Amino acid sequence: MLTLRLYMLQRITALLMAPMVLGHLAVMIYAVQGGLSAAEILGRTQGSIVWLLFYGGFVGAVSVHAAIGLRVIVHEILGLKGKLLDAFTWVIGAGLLVLGGRAVMAVTMS
Amino acid sequence: MSSVPEEMEVSVWRGAGTSGRFEDFRVPAQENQTILDVVSWIQQHSDPTLSYRYACRVGMCGSCAMMVNGVPRWTCRTHVKVALKAGKISIAPLRNLPVIKDLVTDMDPFFDKWVAAEGVHHPTRSRDDEIERIDPEDSARLEANKGIECINCSVCYAACDTVAGNADYLGPAALLRAWTLYNDAKDAGKLNILEAVSGEGGCHNCHSQGSCSQYCPNGLNPMAAIAGLKRASAIAFLKGRK
Amino acid sequence: MIRPHRSHPLWYAFILHRISGLVLALFLPLHFYTLALALTDPERLDGFFRWTDLFIVKVAEVGLVFLLAVHMLGGVRLMAMEWLPWSDNQKTLAASAGAAALLISGLFFLRAI
Repeated sequence: MLTLRLYMLQRITALLMAPMVLGHLAVMIYAVQGGLSAAEILGRTQGSIVWLLFYGGFVGAVSVHAAIGLRVIVHEILGLKGKLLDAFTWVIGAGLLVLGGRAVMAVTMS
Repeated sequence: MSSVPEEMEVSVWRGAGTSGRFEDFRVPAQENQTILDVVSWIQQHSDPTLSYRYACRVGMCGSCAMMVNGVPRWTCRTHVKVALKAGKISIAPLRNLPVIKDLVTDMDPFFDKWVAAEGVHHPTRSRDDEIERIDPEDSARLEANKGIECINCSVCYAACDTVAGNADYLGPAALLRAWTLYNDAKDAGKLNILEAVSGEGGCHNCHSQGSCSQYCPNGLNPMAAIAGLKRASAIAFLKGRK
Repeated sequence: MIRPHRSHPLWYAFILHRISGLVLALFLPLHFYTLALALTDPERLDGFFRWTDLFIVKVAEVGLVFLLAVHMLGGVRLMAMEWLPWSDNQKTLAASAGAAALLISGLFFLRAI
């Protein structure tokens, strides 16, 4: 369930991500032609501060956004509430941030 | 639309509290018949122990609201021709409310949430002041007018899946009422209202499924009202931050 | 199968938004883990990329692209409804979001095959 604060966090991260999603979709549509390979992709992304900032920001925003989104689903469908619900939200958020951070580092740092 | 057969198979929910089952009745079909007529016929001719509510029977009071084939409706304004599916109709008490008996629900949670959403008038003047002049064309007044026809029938509350999944959620009717008062120039409690609708069961839980506006028999639009509350509370939030 | 009170367009928009969000949220850890292999096991990462030559994998990718596009566009519709002045054409906007997502995933598909 959402309070004003969580709602604003979710909406703000959504606003931040809307152009990022468009960017990501454009990159995917561009990159997918001719097949995908690690060498091709990493060759372009590693060592790039732009990709680091872009995907770093994307990961940060999505960690918050997905955690809150899953919070709502888990409350309404499974009935989780109170401290357990809060713990779930934090675990998801932290987990995505850590995993995503590693992925961003792997892809943008040489 | 199906043609009306001689007899209809009507399944009616019987029981109290959380236990119960559907009971089948055969009801003679008439050329002009509402679901309320059907329920009344059952109670008058077949089973006098059937409990149900109605009052005006002309679509003004909202007392006769029930689930008809899984959809919340005013039974006095639902013609059997609309409801009949292969000669059958199912009638159940309104969803999302505790069942007292058969088709009668306990409306207390609905009204408790009505009050909790701060749907009460906060006066700006006393009887000793001059009556405030309200411009009927004022945009806020027009916005408020869109919601004042609510008769608390609870159809929107029964239709809403967020109400079903979130026990704290205040629900479309209570929030629509809060929005009408928020837009009422005579009401001094705008901040009280925003606070009341921004808590754990507040307007921000609405997923805009739109079942409330879809099924409101008065053609009201709680979904739009809740969007308005979200807008107002978001602006207040951002202003507060600055 | 769908309960009677749910069979109207805006409810379908809601459930599509919820399911797309859920699937994307479940996909993300996999996505992040796989990409992070560039750090620890680049050969395995290349192995994963070779799977993407399979047609069925490309179809799955198209599905993901659709879900991401429809979730974002649907979300933008919701925020416009909430934060911009009310507009009465929610059903049309919801349908347009779905159509645009189909076009985007269609474009991806054409380039992927």
